[in-house]
Amino acid sequence: MISAITLLLAFQLAGEVIARGLGLQIPGPVIGMALLFGTLLLRGGPGDELRQTAGTLLQHLSLLFIPAGTGIVMYGELIAAEWLPLTAALLGSTFLAISVTMLVLKALSKRTKGEQGTQP
Amino acid sequence: MTPQLTELWVYLSASPLLGLTLTLVAYQAAFWLYRRSGFHPLANPVMLAIAMLAIVLWLGNIDYRRYFDGAQFVHFLLGPATVALAIPLYAEWPRLKAMAGPLLIALVVGSLTAVLSAYTIGALLGASRASLISLAPKSVTTPIAMAVAEPLGGLPALAAALVMLTGVIGAVSAPYLYRWLRINDDAVRGFAIGLAAHGIGTARAFQISAQAGAFAALAMGLNGILTALCLPWILPWLERLGGR
Repeated sequence: MISAITLLLAFQLAGEVIARGLGLQIPGPVIGMALLFGTLLLRGGPGDELRQTAGTLLQHLSLLFIPAGTGIVMYGELIAAEWLPLTAALLGSTFLAISVTMLVLKALSKRTKGEQGTQP
Repeated sequence: MTPQLTELWVYLSASPLLGLTLTLVAYQAAFWLYRRSGFHPLANPVMLAIAMLAIVLWLGNIDYRRYFDGAQFVHFLLGPATVALAIPLYAEWPRLKAMAGPLLIALVVGSLTAVLSAYTIGALLGASRASLISLAPKSVTTPIAMAVAEPLGGLPALAAALVMLTGVIGAVSAPYLYRWLRINDDAVRGFAIGLAAHGIGTARAFQISAQAGAFAALAMGLNGILTALCLPWILPWLERLGGR
């Protein structure tokens, strides 16, 4: 487990160095993820240890968002000042974005499947 | 409170132990309630835990920043967890590659839907300019949303709060939308929730299956990059259109 965590942190560090060094707006951990993904493609799949550690971490991903999420308490007044347009925009737009993405993806993947099906 | 209890309270509220323990207790209590409810979408553990912590901080008169001094140990793990998303992505690589075309089109359409609909609804109901700009990147992960909103004239703090609320709304509502629109493919379910509700949506997707989680992670990453690149171009155009 320690070696897997070390590996994850090393890739995060590499990502941070690249993001800062090149002045990118993309967060360091996202670049670290891309680097690790590239490494896995080149060198073959993850070992058992890395797979298990990643699995444990991702199973409790919800927990990791709670400290930042609780930060909402600091902006209660900002949100309360314009609560109606903000609430309506958040609800409406989130429902729409999820629905539209699913319908587009469903329609398109059905078509590609259909095309494959018609080939002899 | 007796002087001794007050002293204990002063010690505890200044130490990182309290914030860290409160976070873990709130999460486990929220998860227990979620399980007791038979995994009801409205009993979303992230939402319940945040609500519990908000009440505890308010009752205990604990400053959020002081709470975060302790909770940051949990928060820190978001970095390595983000890197770890490479592993489910690698596992789903054959299917991701096979669906590359549809995924890219859905990404662009979904991303534009999120930005345009949030801006339009907010503008129609009279939100201020700073609020509209803070709303526009609400579907992407917090650091990107804050970095994109600020130079355009938004409020980074408000953007961060709106991002969090979007994540919770997406995680709670997605199961209803799956049922209503009859979406049974975990790849489609995951991609949509990751695109619209970033990390909190991705965390929800991992509760569905590893495949849903992998597609959510991909959508979250791609939408973050797309929004960071495109919003500075789209926003001035939207503002001209709205006569602002």
